[in-house]
Amino acid sequence: MTATAEPAALLPEKFPQVTARASLDWPAFNLPAAEAPAVLRWLRDEGGFDHLADLTAIDAGAARSPRFTVVWHLFSTSRHDYVRLAAECPDDADPAMPTASGLWPGANWHEREVYDMFGIRFPGHPDLRRILMWDGYPYFPLRKDFPLAGLDTELPGPDVAEETGARLKPAPYMGGPFVAPRSGTLEEAEPRAKDESWTERQEKPDGGQSS
Amino acid sequence: MATDFTFPENAARAAAAAQELEPEKMSLSMGPSHPSTHGVLRLQMELDGEIVTRADPVVGYLHRGDEKIAENMTYNQFVPYTDRLDYLAPLANNVAYAIAVERLARLEVPPRCQAIRVIISELARISSHLMGLGAFGIDVGAWTVFLYTFTEREKLYKLFEELTGARFTTSYTRIGGVARDVPEGWTGRVDAFCDQFLPILEETLALLTRNKIFLDRTAGVGVISKEDAVAYGLTGPNLRACGVPLDLRKDRPYCGYEQYEFDVPVGARGDCYDRYLCRGEEMRQSVRIVKQAVANFPGGAWCATDAKRIVKPPKDRILTSMEELIQNFMLVTEGPQMPPGEVYFEAENPKGILGFFVVSRGGGVPWRLKIRSPSFCNLSILPKVCVGAMVADIVSILGSFDFVMGECDR
Repeated sequence: MTATAEPAALLPEKFPQVTARASLDWPAFNLPAAEAPAVLRWLRDEGGFDHLADLTAIDAGAARSPRFTVVWHLFSTSRHDYVRLAAECPDDADPAMPTASGLWPGANWHEREVYDMFGIRFPGHPDLRRILMWDGYPYFPLRKDFPLAGLDTELPGPDVAEETGARLKPAPYMGGPFVAPRSGTLEEAEPRAKDESWTERQEKPDGGQSS
Repeated sequence: MATDFTFPENAARAAAAAQELEPEKMSLSMGPSHPSTHGVLRLQMELDGEIVTRADPVVGYLHRGDEKIAENMTYNQFVPYTDRLDYLAPLANNVAYAIAVERLARLEVPPRCQAIRVIISELARISSHLMGLGAFGIDVGAWTVFLYTFTEREKLYKLFEELTGARFTTSYTRIGGVARDVPEGWTGRVDAFCDQFLPILEETLALLTRNKIFLDRTAGVGVISKEDAVAYGLTGPNLRACGVPLDLRKDRPYCGYEQYEFDVPVGARGDCYDRYLCRGEEMRQSVRIVKQAVANFPGGAWCATDAKRIVKPPKDRILTSMEELIQNFMLVTEGPQMPPGEVYFEAENPKGILGFFVVSRGGGVPWRLKIRSPSFCNLSILPKVCVGAMVADIVSILGSFDFVMGECDR
């Protein structure tokens, strides 16, 4: 039992494919994705790292390969120290990483969030679906190729709209007295008064789809 | 025709009655707009009568893309976003974020800055726990508690406004220090607040602690075992109530916490009542810390002084000296320059452990910022805790967890 020795120091001896990772604070290691379950299990059982502090991913950008790295931070409630583990997903087009939810039930939600934001799948996860975005959202927002302003998504299909009564109604001001055309230079896109041609007799025209 | 004694209508009636007696599960969706879900949490439950057989929390209604935004903001520009994580204790988030980023540059802040950060973190803890207890009380029906705690929070808001300029979204820390020094006499007013707060706290807690109705609604409800709590990543008072004595202020001291004497309340059973007791006691301990910090308040600089590409020079130098002017210009346009590397820092926030994982490739904007949210991890145990509880107990459990959706969803 490695009670007094530093488990993080013993890790490279026990698992030869684990290499050191540059880190400014805690001991950090790079591991091959296939070794991840064994290493995590060893650290939890023999190393005393009983608390999964964080599970996240880093997208290095489409230009680099391998692109996605999954990072685990483990904490030991007895020794009060941390270790960082990082594993690169072997496939850039369909990134996947073995699940840690069998070792720590708390990894369940963390992996759902990584899947939601990056599109990294976790085979073996009991319930891998989106958690922050809605089911059926088509993009993975934290990837570097997803723009900050977001991308338009399709509204619910006609059958959903019919059943739920969701309607696309233009925002209250659109088509009203002040219109801000979307295109053009900044000067042209400023809100300006629109011709108010409606009266009691002639109804205000419906805003319609924005131009 | 021979008399038929089969009585078909009786048989039909018996069959219909048997059908009714068979349990039929009802699905109930609580939230996202519900006064007791503490924000926009949706709880999809399956009920067997009054007992919950399945509970599936749906989060993400307050997701604003903070982590994506962080990849496009300089380190100081992101501070207002940290206010809006746990918006009931914004100063604590500001402090945790600033320390995390300072670790990238291995920057040490002077003792006065550390003392200021400790005072505001503990005042934020008191403010958050007052809110949590007030909301918990009002959810289980104790309306008075809510107003008592809010009266005290109002006094705290006045102190925050005097210090930072804002009651609520304070954005007070900067990388390398704080935005401005404490005003004249502020620490005296903090001390006066602490003195008058303790008797009022006792009075408020006395409304609940031995209250039979409150005990019936919270004792033995929502019990979480130690192993479950650690395995699901619970932190903060929720974890300590289960009997795990983990408090990063004691176990991994940061920001000068090792100088102060205080105790950490640890519960025994892990039910809602223990979580309530932990929060109450933490407020008393926070007052202890604040009084010590105010009594030993150091003089000196309130910002790191030797960090040219990270900390702003003093205003009078900016306006008169060319070098400082350029330094300020670079800092504002390009942000505090951090060396490349990765750091992970966790702080003991009122709701639990708030962690920031900062990946820097050099420059003033992080490559990746992950916010490890205590409320997100605390809520992940809900599918397990809610099963077997009654619908009214769900309200107690949610109130006792004291989570904030702003932090959970980011």
